[in-house]
Amino acid sequence: MSVLVYTENWDGSFKKLSCELISFAVKLAEEMQTDVAALSIGNVEAEELEKLGQYGVKRILTAQNGELSQFDPQTYAKAITQVADKEQASLIVMADNNTGKALAPRLSVRMKAAVASGVSHMPDTLSPFVIKTKTFSGNAFAVTELPTDVKILTIAQNSFDLKKNPAEVTVEDAGIDTSGLRPKAAVKEVEKQTDKLLLTDAEIVVSAGRGMKTPENWGPIEELASLLNGATACSRPVSDEGWRPHEEHTGQTGKIIAPNVYFAIGISGATQHLAGVSGSKYIIAINNDKEAPIFDAAQYGIVGDASRILPRLVDALKKAKSA
Amino acid sequence: MNILVCISHVPDTTTKIKFAENNTRLDTTGIQWVINPWDELSLTRALELKEKSGSGVQKVSVAHVGPSSAEPTIRKALAIGADDAYRVDVEALDSYQVAAQLAEIVKAGSFDMILCGIESSDYNGSNVGGMLAEFLDYVSVSGISHLDIEGGEILVTRELDGGREKLVVPSPFVGIVQKGIAKEPRIAAMRGIMMARKKPVHLVDATEAGPLTRVKEFEPPQPRPACKFVDPENPEQLVELLQNEAKVI
Ligand SMILES: Cc1cc2nc3c(=O)[nH]c(=O)nc-3n(C[C@H](O)[C@H](O)[C@H](O)COP(=O)(O)OP(=O)(O)OC[C@H]3O[C@@H](n4cnc5c(N)ncnc54)[C@H](O)[C@@H]3O)c2cc1C
Repeated sequence: MSVLVYTENWDGSFKKLSCELISFAVKLAEEMQTDVAALSIGNVEAEELEKLGQYGVKRILTAQNGELSQFDPQTYAKAITQVADKEQASLIVMADNNTGKALAPRLSVRMKAAVASGVSHMPDTLSPFVIKTKTFSGNAFAVTELPTDVKILTIAQNSFDLKKNPAEVTVEDAGIDTSGLRPKAAVKEVEKQTDKLLLTDAEIVVSAGRGMKTPENWGPIEELASLLNGATACSRPVSDEGWRPHEEHTGQTGKIIAPNVYFAIGISGATQHLAGVSGSKYIIAINNDKEAPIFDAAQYGIVGDASRILPRLVDALKKAKSA
Repeated sequence: MNILVCISHVPDTTTKIKFAENNTRLDTTGIQWVINPWDELSLTRALELKEKSGSGVQKVSVAHVGPSSAEPTIRKALAIGADDAYRVDVEALDSYQVAAQLAEIVKAGSFDMILCGIESSDYNGSNVGGMLAEFLDYVSVSGISHLDIEGGEILVTRELDGGREKLVVPSPFVGIVQKGIAKEPRIAAMRGIMMARKKPVHLVDATEAGPLTRVKEFEPPQPRPACKFVDPENPEQLVELLQNEAKVI
């Protein structure tokens, strides 16, 4: 019995999310009185691997094999199953991002392991293993029992605090037999978004909607975001109209994000919009309609005209920053 | 080439979700059921490909796992343009059981491309597509925002965290689609609705495969504390609160 965490890297480095997974797994393993190992696939420097050790993982298994250099859910599921079997893992933890969403279901079938997706709470009980998962676009939790011997959890971003817990790390080769693990799909072209803070990584997100009236009014939104080291986002009609790029569209049919702070400016707060942002720790709304449903989801709000409030907010922030 | 689009039927997202029997099951009274928005877009794209000359797509089928109450959803898919439909006559219990049932349909038929939505808007599991692929040991590509067939090659674009990749995929394969796959869902026209009545819905017996998970009960999310309002004449106070009360900036 042990806990295995799959920690993805991005061009050789880990993100905060990877450390959140470790923090979560270490805490859970403690409760289960068992050990944790992290699995890292791809070329990652020793120094970067040690970063994971800061959060309490003592063993890191690595695989740098050529066959696994292309992310392919089919071959990765086979590779991770080998490691999980060898480790006798009873719990496999990964991120609830594109990668985890692609891998977890394949692993589930391969290992006949029940999956809980988008986990944001510690389990209610360990035996039987009962855990809450998000359902109905954030409108309810399903308290779900995972009765299988092996269980898979995908963890929602920003749900678990980082806990420093430095440990001495040993790095071992994961010993994956890659024969027959050549991906059948061929990558033709890769486009990377490297210059900009990714919306899914941002701690602070400044998002605006149709209440901004025209795309020319986005100046203070961008300024606010840059003052806060945050990313910009928007509601669906705004991206549909071409006022903002599609990458910024949040909601049920766009990106699902869970930043620390989400500013919703001139956004009514339709259920489909909230479905993508309700995991945010703090929602701050600015809207001239005091009945707008966004205020039901917000902790702080200002009822008023955004075009008048924003410049003053920007000034106040500048002052606060220089103070 | 034949395409199978897996469709799930979900409460319309504006429906107020309520639970019954001590929160152990969804209260279905008054719920408006719709095709899961992602699946509707997959179907739209499949039909566009069928109409594209030289794509080689001959047939677009839809598959659903669920009791007869989903018939209207299936008829709607046929009215939009699917050629035929499969329905496994069993209550859908979790992604694993649904994927296991769908796998039987695929094994018994001859499909080159199977499309699933990235998640259903009810259980938000995003698991059926990947599970189906693993049951079949097919290639799967997740997060597809573009799908095309050119010169006999299947081309997909997948969204990654922080970028995208274009891939050539072999058939058969399972594609899990997301935003971008089609612009607007296709709407059934009168003619389509008439024709749908005559299109075949194949009833399929359920296999034994059961669920791996069990929902014990539903819980409403923690109510958020009431919103604290800041005077619009004094927006500076918001910065103050975020700094000193919430301590987030
Ligand atoms: C199947 C489906 C999926 C959908 N998916 C999504 C999704 O993923 N994401 C999404 O965002 N939407 C989605 N929608 C659309 C959603 O229902 C709403 O229509 C949309 O979120 C509204 O965007 P908005 O808040 O920007 O615009 P509006 O609803 O038009 O709201 C504008 C708001 O701005 C306020 N306002 C106006 N002027 C000012 C001013 N001067 N100062 C301050 N406030 C002002 C108004 O009071 C209003 O509350 C979906 C809909 C469907 C049917």
